[in-house]
Amino acid sequence: MRDVAIVAFAQTRHAGHDTGLSEPEMIQPVIDEVKERTGLGRFGFTCSGSCDYLAGAPFSFVSALDALAAWPPISESHVEMDGAWALYEAWVRLQHGDVDSALVYGFGKSSLGDLRTIMTLQLDPYYLAPLGLDQLSYAALQAAAVGADRAELDEIVRRSRADGRSNPYALDLPDPDPGEPDALVAPPVTDGAAAIVLAAGDLAGQLCSNPAYIRGIAHRIEPHYLGMRDLALSASAADAARAAGVGKGPVEVAELHAQFAHEEIILRRALELPGETVINPSGGPLAANPVMATGLIRIGEAARRILDGDARRTVGHAAGGPCLQQNLVTVLEA
Amino acid sequence: MPSDPLLAQHVLEFPGGYTRTTGPVVGRFLSELRGRRIVGVRTKEGKVLVPPLEYDPASGEPVTDEYVEVGPAGTVTTFAWVDEPLAGHPLDRPFAWALIKLDGAGTALVHAVDAGNPKALAAGTRVWPAWSDHPTGHITDISHFVPEVTKIVANVRAEYRLQAGGALRVFLEGVERGVFLGGRCGTCEKVYVPYRASCPECGNAIPDPIELPDTGTITTFAINNLPDPRAPQVPFVSAYILLDHADIPMIALVGDVPAHEVRQGMRVRAVWVPEGERTASMANVRWFAPTGEPDVELS
Repeated sequence: MRDVAIVAFAQTRHAGHDTGLSEPEMIQPVIDEVKERTGLGRFGFTCSGSCDYLAGAPFSFVSALDALAAWPPISESHVEMDGAWALYEAWVRLQHGDVDSALVYGFGKSSLGDLRTIMTLQLDPYYLAPLGLDQLSYAALQAAAVGADRAELDEIVRRSRADGRSNPYALDLPDPDPGEPDALVAPPVTDGAAAIVLAAGDLAGQLCSNPAYIRGIAHRIEPHYLGMRDLALSASAADAARAAGVGKGPVEVAELHAQFAHEEIILRRALELPGETVINPSGGPLAANPVMATGLIRIGEAARRILDGDARRTVGHAAGGPCLQQNLVTVLEA
Repeated sequence: MPSDPLLAQHVLEFPGGYTRTTGPVVGRFLSELRGRRIVGVRTKEGKVLVPPLEYDPASGEPVTDEYVEVGPAGTVTTFAWVDEPLAGHPLDRPFAWALIKLDGAGTALVHAVDAGNPKALAAGTRVWPAWSDHPTGHITDISHFVPEVTKIVANVRAEYRLQAGGALRVFLEGVERGVFLGGRCGTCEKVYVPYRASCPECGNAIPDPIELPDTGTITTFAINNLPDPRAPQVPFVSAYILLDHADIPMIALVGDVPAHEVRQGMRVRAVWVPEGERTASMANVRWFAPTGEPDVELS
């Protein structure tokens, strides 16, 4: 395996509403920011993650290339997934050994439509989508399967929003109202983007004084159909964590792609994170959830602790599909 | 359309919907649904997948070609209540999403349960499918599930004709005159009202009725929150009223006073309907109303 490190991370100041910026306009500043930080104008490989259903336009990711300076032609790829999986593809690409740098970005404007029902479109078209099962509904089923204490869930929301308020990139959300009825707290509608630069071999040390080395990265998936799984657990997150080697050392910070409080409980258990590990100091998805960038931001936030010299070993996690169907775990070390 | 020229509505739609082939496994399941049967498919390990998949998610092996009829009833394993259904949901009234393990199935089916309220459901609740009127081979051929029948409503109605004779007739004839008639036991001296022909304690006959005043004291009372045709409003108060000189209280409504001001020991007097409207009926007494006298200490 080649050593591959995250050498730069940038994200937008996420918006809780549609500011009217086009996707390339939203992406360009973060691309410019990581180019400036690394001094690189072109990359050996470029990969992005986004979802056409957010904008309701086919191949909307193609227009996003306008933000990159893609001429003369660049070596480019795209995943119809969170940008975290674009990072995985870029990491694999760098393992080939013929290129040393990669640009990864993820972006999404979930303000344009009704995310709750747009998420129905990702479900299997025979058994689930025709029922109109929506994002909150399947999340509520999983919350019921977990059966966590209301107070524990409320505290996760409160802590996430408080951390988000001190994160200049996250949204400014109030403490949850304890008088609110016993309902699921949804992540905020968010528009935003993020970019990461990966560098392999000697280049990492040349571009950055504290590269965040990817010491483990793995993703696992489990059956799509909710009735074929134990929703109280995440077998795929546990498998990915083992494969990435989360437990081989102490984890100072873990950034988890938990869009609902009960998902954090599931993921903590699956990754076997001890009480000392600080979870989502950025506020996590409950403080800013730019869909298709949220997972990549988790990896970026975990890397930032190392880039800034604040931590030596962190974990970034990303999830996709209904009820944490697919999970990606990255172990980063100084 | 929005009036702001810089704001546009955009609809992504596939008119008529996508046509999707089902493949043999999903197709078999949907065909059976059209016949109002639910089937699963057996994996090589013997597990029955419902709904059927072409491959065993645990092993990746193709499933066998053995289809097994399951249900139609099943058991709820997990549910989530929806207070405000969306337009695309199976029901337009509050309902539950549920994972339902159909009898004979090795996995759970996701569907909607029409349970009325969330308290009617729990893990373990038995549910049965409610079929759509015209099944077409679609997961929505099961319109939704409903809880198993655990109770029925039995209507009871019989009509009777009652004739007031004997002591009751004597009492009601007194009421028609605006007088409460009681009776004193010659042995134990207890005064009963309404008038009765014998003492329930001593068993002796009670001779002639005696007239009692229409004033008394509330010994106990209840505030009623369910409407009653005899009561003027809700809430209303029904009370035990010990008529002066009587030893046994009688039950009557209390009126002309807010319910929360009624108390034990309160002095009350019967409010009679006007003389011209009186009949031999307790309807003669509207209710008892406070006299304004000081309360009485009850022993």
